[in-house]
Amino acid sequence: MTHPRGPRPTQITAARIGLYAFLISAALFFAVPLYVMIVTSLKTMDEIRLGQIFALPLHLDFTAWQTAWAGACAGSECTGVRMGFLNSVKITVPAVVISVLIGAVNGYALSFWRPKAGRLMFGLLMAGALVPYQIFLYPLVRAMAVMGFYNSLGGIILVHVLFGLPLVTLLFRNYFVTIPEELFKAARVDGAGFWRIFVEIMLPMALPMIVVASMFQFTGIWNDFLLGVVFAGRDKLPMTVQLNNIVNTTMGERNYNVNMAATILTAIIPLAIYFLSGRWFVRGIAAGAVKG
Amino acid sequence: MKRKHTRSKAALIALTPTWAAVIVVYLGTMVWSVTLSFTNSRLFPSWNFVGFEQYSKLFQTAKWLVSFQNLIIFGVLYVFGCLFVGFLLAAALDRRVRFESAFRTIFLYPYAMSFVVTGLIWQWMMNPTLGVQASVRALGWQSFTFDWIINRDLAIYAVVIAALWQGAGLVMILVLAGMRGIDGEQWRAARIDGIPVWRTYVSIILPQLTPAFAAAGTLLSMGVIKTYDIVVALTNGGPGSATEVPAKFIMDNLFQRQNLGLATAAATILLLTVLIIVAPFRYAQHIRARRQAGTL
Repeated sequence: MTHPRGPRPTQITAARIGLYAFLISAALFFAVPLYVMIVTSLKTMDEIRLGQIFALPLHLDFTAWQTAWAGACAGSECTGVRMGFLNSVKITVPAVVISVLIGAVNGYALSFWRPKAGRLMFGLLMAGALVPYQIFLYPLVRAMAVMGFYNSLGGIILVHVLFGLPLVTLLFRNYFVTIPEELFKAARVDGAGFWRIFVEIMLPMALPMIVVASMFQFTGIWNDFLLGVVFAGRDKLPMTVQLNNIVNTTMGERNYNVNMAATILTAIIPLAIYFLSGRWFVRGIAAGAVKG
Repeated sequence: MKRKHTRSKAALIALTPTWAAVIVVYLGTMVWSVTLSFTNSRLFPSWNFVGFEQYSKLFQTAKWLVSFQNLIIFGVLYVFGCLFVGFLLAAALDRRVRFESAFRTIFLYPYAMSFVVTGLIWQWMMNPTLGVQASVRALGWQSFTFDWIINRDLAIYAVVIAALWQGAGLVMILVLAGMRGIDGEQWRAARIDGIPVWRTYVSIILPQLTPAFAAAGTLLSMGVIKTYDIVVALTNGGPGSATEVPAKFIMDNLFQRQNLGLATAAATILLLTVLIIVAPFRYAQHIRARRQAGTL
């Protein structure tokens, strides 16, 4: 992002101080919850009962993290978020790969080949993105139960792919529209067919969008709660659902330190993606959203 | 001629899975749900049609009315709150500040986290006996109160705060990108004319950010109708039913209360709400596109 705004102000003015005061207080509002979570997860319950959430822990105590990972209870089951973590990986990775591939094919077909009723399909898909999920859920549950997909890993992956279609198609269509059509025509003249052009020319060119779409899909599917609750089934619950079950379980005393450690564990993958790929993420959000 | 035929066939075949998804999953289930809303289905679907009975029952259900009211309160405050805070943050970062990227990272990171995580973090912060309230009181300010989460009248605003914390950064990024795209000459002209910085932002910059605001507003509004996770994680609809939202009302009736007819009627109302909100925008876009095409 370039910045054409005249000379850098050198004097310290009242306006400048006000500006930084605003930015710092805003930063505190956004950063404090993460800080509180981290310090809480490192305290003992005795220390937590003192009711000072901003205080640093007296000494570091990692037992809450161990419990959160492998021993925290959701109802009567005490297995921590470990199983949920594995489930989330098993759900997210295939769902991202499949949906991004389908999205790339869709975007490519819609932008270069313009098949019959392609615009209609795209329009319906975009309209479908606006519809609240609740209207799809019951019939989908019934249909999947009849076909034997309900409460299975394949079922939840399929649902994520289905509901990811609008976004990935939109991203790839908008991306391929910007690629010069001469390139496509030249390949046509050389006699390349639909799939060959896709695999050898378009897919390599779409690498930046593949990264952005994968990031969007990964965080979206990892962070999903609703579809996981409905479609994953008891043994395949994703991490977000398990986390909620652990924290909002009504049995026994609430172990806030364990809860916060489990919360951080659940957030850590999307946060890592965001921190490691910061610029990509920002650019992807800005580009993908403004065009929508 | 033959060649043209085969090439469109490959494209058609490639799009078949998506067509199937659109027709079966999107349209098919929608028709199914709307049909069920006119029956007296309870645990299982029945084909006993009762007209608009479920709808009239729905609007006599106190919980639904509260849900719908909450959706409006939450939706308006969340969308405009995010747009306002996001704009302020973007304008502040636009003033050539030091550590811009650090600030940007801090403002945006909540957006990478799920609504469940957001809800649980704020449930902890807002816990009246152990959270912010207790800490501030321990410092000596005994009358300090921040117990919105257990207060029937204020709990919905607690949900707004948590959601705003999660979503404001997104608006900031979009608006900042829009601001950076504005010609610097305008700033120089405004400065020569002696217009104060805040006036320049309000009267000159703001009107040019319409596309960024429209994109942000659309994204946020789409989230409003789907609001479910954050309520489940933060308050689970309580205290009482003070923070119930339509999406949760539907889920409860679908999967716990075995009230299929009522749930699908509620889902249909939610769908109509989306249509009523979205249709004018789409129509305006359509008109604008046609007008542009006509004048060009």
